[in-house]
Amino acid sequence: MNPFSSGTCLRDMIRAIRACKTAAEERAVMLGYPTHFGQMECLKLIASAGFPEKRIGYLGLMLLLDERQEVLMLVTNSLKQDLNHSNQYIVGLALCALGNICSAEMARDLAPEVERLLQFRDPNIRKKAALCSIRIIKKVPALAENFINCAASLLKEKHHGVLITGVQLCADLCKVSSEALEYFRKKCTEGLVRTLRDIVNSPYSPEYDISGITDPYLHIRLLKLLRILGQGDADASDRMTDILAQVATKTESNKNAGNAILYECVETIMSIEDDGGLRVLAINILGKFLSNRDNNIRYVALNMLMRATTLDAQAVQRHRATILDCVKDSDASIRKRALDLLYLLVNDNNVKHLIKELIEYLEVSDQEFKGDLTAKICSLVEKFSSEKIWYIDQMLKVLSEAGNFVKDEVWHALIVVISNASDLHGYTIRALYRAFLTSTEQETLVRVAVWCIGEYGDMLVNNVGMLDIEDPITVTECDAVDAVEVAIKRHTSDLTTKAMALIALLKLSSRFPSYSERIKGIIVQNKGNVVLELQQRSIEFNHILQKHPKFRSALVERMPVLDEATFSGRRAGSLPTAISTSSGAPSNHPNGIAKPATAPIPDFLDLSSDDVPAPSSSGGDFLQDLLGVDLSPTPAPSGADMPPKASTDVLLDLLSIGMPLPVQTGLSASDILSSSQDDKAPFVNFNGLASLSSLSANATSPANAAPMMDLLDGRGPGPQKSEENGQAYPSLVAYESSSLRVMFNFSKQRGSPQTTLIQATFTNLSSNVYNDFLFQAAVPKFLQLHLDPASSNTLPASGDGSITQNLKVTNSQHGKKSLVMRVRIAYKTNNKDVLEERQINNFPQNL
Amino acid sequence: MIHFVLLISRQGKVRLTKWYSPYSQKERTKVIRELSGLILTRGPKLCNFVEWRGLRVVYKRYASLYFCMCIDEDDNELEILEIIHHYVEVLDRYFGSVCELDLIYNFHKAYFILDELLIAGELQEPSKRTVTRLVAAQDSLVETAKEQTSSITNIIAQAAK
Repeated sequence: MNPFSSGTCLRDMIRAIRACKTAAEERAVMLGYPTHFGQMECLKLIASAGFPEKRIGYLGLMLLLDERQEVLMLVTNSLKQDLNHSNQYIVGLALCALGNICSAEMARDLAPEVERLLQFRDPNIRKKAALCSIRIIKKVPALAENFINCAASLLKEKHHGVLITGVQLCADLCKVSSEALEYFRKKCTEGLVRTLRDIVNSPYSPEYDISGITDPYLHIRLLKLLRILGQGDADASDRMTDILAQVATKTESNKNAGNAILYECVETIMSIEDDGGLRVLAINILGKFLSNRDNNIRYVALNMLMRATTLDAQAVQRHRATILDCVKDSDASIRKRALDLLYLLVNDNNVKHLIKELIEYLEVSDQEFKGDLTAKICSLVEKFSSEKIWYIDQMLKVLSEAGNFVKDEVWHALIVVISNASDLHGYTIRALYRAFLTSTEQETLVRVAVWCIGEYGDMLVNNVGMLDIEDPITVTECDAVDAVEVAIKRHTSDLTTKAMALIALLKLSSRFPSYSERIKGIIVQNKGNVVLELQQRSIEFNHILQKHPKFRSALVERMPVLDEATFSGRRAGSLPTAISTSSGAPSNHPNGIAKPATAPIPDFLDLSSDDVPAPSSSGGDFLQDLLGVDLSPTPAPSGADMPPKASTDVLLDLLSIGMPLPVQTGLSASDILSSSQDDKAPFVNFNGLASLSSLSANATSPANAAPMMDLLDGRGPGPQKSEENGQAYPSLVAYESSSLRVMFNFSKQRGSPQTTLIQATFTNLSSNVYNDFLFQAAVPKFLQLHLDPASSNTLPASGDGSITQNLKVTNSQHGKKSLVMRVRIAYKTNNKDVLEERQINNFPQNL
Repeated sequence: MIHFVLLISRQGKVRLTKWYSPYSQKERTKVIRELSGLILTRGPKLCNFVEWRGLRVVYKRYASLYFCMCIDEDDNELEILEIIHHYVEVLDRYFGSVCELDLIYNFHKAYFILDELLIAGELQEPSKRTVTRLVAAQDSLVETAKEQTSSITNIIAQAAK
């Protein structure tokens, strides 16, 4: 058979296949034969004796196969034979194929052959063998040691091709094996420096000359290897400084080749250990690059400057103006690089100016870039917000321009800041109102505006807290309600916005009582809304407006300040659900806690419908009770059995009332709410609550501890008061088992017979230490319970010490009913969790 | 290292692909489609580097062909521009004023030349003269073998079998 016919056929076939766009077409070309036909033909060609066949065969092999195919193993034998062939071109073919597509097994099999060929007489074979070795050590790093010596000898070559490939082999060896790195560093640095010097000073050579420089590729490879050797090693770096300085100053930079060498040189200077003289040189070169008209050079310079900022930020700051111009460049790649670099350069001095420029650019930038730019601006503004008013201003501008690109966390953070900046409330709400009038298509702006109008509507209308810099503006109540109505009615508003708008309307109905009717009208329109969330809200709010006007104002009182520290802490710990709750519409109305998004909160419907018609007798504790009730799911680890629990076991639900509930700090409000919302992390929040109840010096976060301690000291009875005994009561062994004893000591507070102070003492009767000791108590509705933090949460063994905890019980049915209490004690012993529950009925009478 | 080399015409037709990293067939078509879209739509004055999937693609347009090479983040982009130019110059020397048609009809020769220039995604030979010499030597080997088989003596020997 004429070998060329098959060769031509194969070539035609390959050509036809390349022209095919789809697998189906390919199959048509193959006339129904599977592609394996081609593969076997390649193997046959490779195995044949003539050079042309082998050439085509290897070409077909590299095109049709890759390392992942098993058929490749069949070639190993042919390759081995060809590597030992007398015809050096055939050896070259085999090395080329091996270097391009060999798999790990083939690499292992044929590594010895390749090693041998590294010392072949023909330089062309040596250079191919060197590159083939690179692939081998990448596939099988364990073989790297074998190549170290051969590679080192390649560095002394004269032939440029072998030299280049040898240098590349050494570089890759260093990356793969630290042994090799050490070896080359010790033995070869001097030689490399000498080689570089030779090539830099070499005379004109027509064969290797490119735009006036002899063999720029060799320059670049040598510089790269020197970088690897000099990084982290002061000694090696010392030896290179001269030649690096020479290259940096002498190289011509009007052609691409020269610039490529300078670029590599600057990279090397930046990476090695250096005192600073060279660094200055490098940054100057980069500065020159930056003002070059060629886009490529500028791109490369921006890239390098990012690395340089970490080393010498001062020098890079000088080029800030140029970099700012690059942000506005027409080339997308350059814009992106410049923005990243600018982000690193911002510091307290230049942040105001830079943000101003960036926001101006935001207005004219194109859509793909806006998202990136917005994210960067927002994070910069947050990082460097020295004054609240500046922060709010900038964020409002960003929201008006590109609100749709702003992420949720960002506008949540904005709301937290707004609520904290109480003196700026008036200013903020007016600015927001103005912005809202002009740019209603920015969803996020609408949401923030709606929330603020709801909260601070009265400030808006009464022009409270005008600052000097503001223009006067008159907003009537009608305007404010109009604004919120627009937000609801707009067809582009999404669920979150509409839900927030409904809550805002409820708040406004309390702040602007004269507009109640109109607001009711708007809310009622959504009663039949197909979206469950909106329907539910509108029905409930309508119910409140109609049936319970009295405590409506208490419901929608001004929100307590959201604590920034907790917010940022929680944000860092990524509990996104909690954040949306705390900034949405929290403690106003228990059902309002239901998130605008999808998470269902089934139990609260039951609980709140019990509570709403019966505001408890103690007005101040109203919120506390509500919030306390909301806590009920938390002690139960699984959310699934919450609803049945809620309805059946009322006492256990009220268990959480036993928790100390400081209401004043928004910290706890959001804590508690988030704990009830966050089905995903009940344990985390449970621990949070546990720390609430067993606050001691071991309290987890000092930020949480401090305000709470103050509060409890203020509200709760101090331990010293327990001495005030109007009447003596016998102490009670509330509970005793083989492992634990609980003693209650009673005392009455002078002047308030309804209130009993109980000092509970816990003693460990077993021989194991109890850790994470937690005492919880629940009382029926006619009692009120308040728990102080325990003295510690570790109970030493065998009664060596005890934990004391103070309780305060107020009996609204004093004299008629006696105390009854259900306690739950949880602790850890021997790495086991233990839970004990008991009802205590044997309280003394008349307590 | 260079992960792959792609030659695309202005109309989006692929003239040559060489893969130095493992990409499956499906991945290859996907890559080609994405990069064609990305590169062919770029204007003339923009820089020759595109960031794509964490890698960088360096491209250069010669007449109607785009030469694209995909490299790692830490490689020297300006050097790759030089390598692309190196390849084009060798092609030019070999074919004599090369045009796209030469590459269409002699794509196998374009591959042979590329194999003398790059192995395992690294540069092999900086001298154009050496590369041309090597390719020419191999071509002459093929010629001699062809002549031998089509020589009269062989035909007679075959017929006699």
